[in-house]
Amino acid sequence: MTTVLFYVFAGIAIGAAIGVVISRSPVGSLLFMVTTLAAIAGTFVLMEAHFLAAVQVIVYAGAIMVLFLFVIMLLNLGHEAQRDLKGGAFAVVAAGVGGAMAGMLALQLRGADVAATGAGAEAIAAATAEYGAVGAIARPLYTTYVVPFEITGILLLVAIVGAVVLAKRSDA
Amino acid sequence: MELDFSRGVHYWWALLPEIVLCIWGMGVLIVGVSKRHRQSGEDATGDPTLSGAADLGWLALFGVLGAAFANGWLYGVHEVGSGGMIAVDRFRLFANWILLGAAALTILISFAYVYRQRLQAGEFYGLILLATAGMMFMAAARDLIVIFLGLEVMSVGVYALTAFNRRDRKSAEAGLKYFLLGAFATGFLLYGIALVYGATGSTNVAAIGASVSAGTATPGLLAIGIAMLTIGFGFKVAAVPFHMWTPDVYEGAPAPVTAFMSSAVKAAAFVAFLRVIVVAFPEADDVWYPIVWWLAALTMVAANLMALVQSNVKRMLAYSSIAHAGYLLVAITASNTNAAAGLLFYLLVYTLMNTGAFAIVIGVAHQAEERLQVEDYAGFGWAQPLLGVSLTIFLLSLAGFPGTGGFMGKIYLLQGAADAEQWRLAVILVLATVASYWYYLRIAWFMWMKNPAKPDQHALVVAPLPMQLALIVSVALVLYTGLFPSAALDFARASVAGLGALVP
Repeated sequence: MTTVLFYVFAGIAIGAAIGVVISRSPVGSLLFMVTTLAAIAGTFVLMEAHFLAAVQVIVYAGAIMVLFLFVIMLLNLGHEAQRDLKGGAFAVVAAGVGGAMAGMLALQLRGADVAATGAGAEAIAAATAEYGAVGAIARPLYTTYVVPFEITGILLLVAIVGAVVLAKRSDA
Repeated sequence: MELDFSRGVHYWWALLPEIVLCIWGMGVLIVGVSKRHRQSGEDATGDPTLSGAADLGWLALFGVLGAAFANGWLYGVHEVGSGGMIAVDRFRLFANWILLGAAALTILISFAYVYRQRLQAGEFYGLILLATAGMMFMAAARDLIVIFLGLEVMSVGVYALTAFNRRDRKSAEAGLKYFLLGAFATGFLLYGIALVYGATGSTNVAAIGASVSAGTATPGLLAIGIAMLTIGFGFKVAAVPFHMWTPDVYEGAPAPVTAFMSSAVKAAAFVAFLRVIVVAFPEADDVWYPIVWWLAALTMVAANLMALVQSNVKRMLAYSSIAHAGYLLVAITASNTNAAAGLLFYLLVYTLMNTGAFAIVIGVAHQAEERLQVEDYAGFGWAQPLLGVSLTIFLLSLAGFPGTGGFMGKIYLLQGAADAEQWRLAVILVLATVASYWYYLRIAWFMWMKNPAKPDQHALVVAPLPMQLALIVSVALVLYTGLFPSAALDFARASVAGLGALVP
């Protein structure tokens, strides 16, 4: 049952991800992206990472994507995008490169049941067993990974300053 | 003082230079906002060394000085073990000197440019300080997550700086291009980190190294992860074939920012890359070695060939910077003590000579984005002998002439390559260097052997006091490291001792 559901969610995620790239209208791309993120949240649930799944839906599929939608609508980009970047030759090259990378991944991972047996999976399982789904994220975030957590604050500050500098009218 | 990272509070001490820089950067931002109204009333003919924007420049410079003091203080600090997220080792501290030096030189050569272009000084200098802090996080990182976050702090700051000149359409275009391709490259890096974590169960470079050498890492995931990481770093150091963004971005960005990008960003990415390679993946060299080998060879050949046909000086220096990334990648493939020391030495010298050359390009361009063709340098040497001689020294050093730091740097890189028996890469390095003489010396030829189109063409070229300071320091150090390289080299050698699994 879990395996079947996994393939369903994975199929939706990949199909919608392709839809993001080939959709002609920005709003269409955006809705495909929401679908991808929701499907990934589904796979998180299958891995018993309920907290992560909830955050994925609330923050990504909810807040950030709605913001994207606002920006697209406010800038009036809702109609069809110009096709200058999506010409025939470009699409062939892009599909070729993407296909080659997907093939390489598939070749390397063929037969290896990595999702269940990798060292990373063990570490996650141990942490979840000890602290629960929320604790497995919260504890390291404020103890082991407190330095990266603080650096993220600096990163956000730099991003805000950069955005304000570039967006502000120069003679204000 | 001893640092024990099992006590979280000790990270404060280990990160003192970065914290000083971050707080000072925020301070510069706040002071910049509160001074805004005073700046706008001034007339454009005033002395750039006295205007309101210059106060902020000096203030930012004091921040760099404070971080440098903290960095020197860290030499007296020892850590217990080496499992912490932040490294307190000589390698990091040497890298910090390079990064702080690059930031200080960039601030010094920006004074007149910021004034003349009426840039928002508070944000400009503040972003330089914060981006430098991001680079120092990268140099200090013993954890892939910290490397990623440091890289992002640096990159986001530099994206904004690239597009900073609102009056210049090229600047905006360069900023957008850099942002899109940089975000793309970050995606590769992050995907690589995720795959390496999946394969080894850790993001700590030492733990990854232990897992790889113990053979517990999932081979397929690990190989793809390392390849993705290499691509991500390849974008940041502008190695061929991931260099497509470089010429346009370097040409469009404000000239001081180009100097900062080509020296400091490159140094930070190389330092982090070297640490990852020698600490985490010494046992996985069958994966990264061929990739980095081909990157190095392609970068050296292609960048030098493309630089030959450039007529815009900023664009030429962009290709030159790609070529230098190729020379430095040779040190990564060798990954022995001599090569690592040579990498640090070369990054130091490269920062000095490259920033120095850009300082004079800014001067010739009248602190703007004009007069950037090679022809505009005709007769410059005789019109402004001091600046002409300085630029000639920088160009000779970039080309690698004996007597300059650039020559000794290349010698040490070659020594590292020879120790690793990389004869083919060494030969390519020498041939590429010979080819590079043409485009560097072409500028010198125009400067000294041609007559200017108009007799008073170079009369308006000024180097204000801060820029003179930067030039004096750069010329002195380029000559010093060229004539008496042993002090700097011994320092670099001592700095890489004990770093990961360097072959002696």
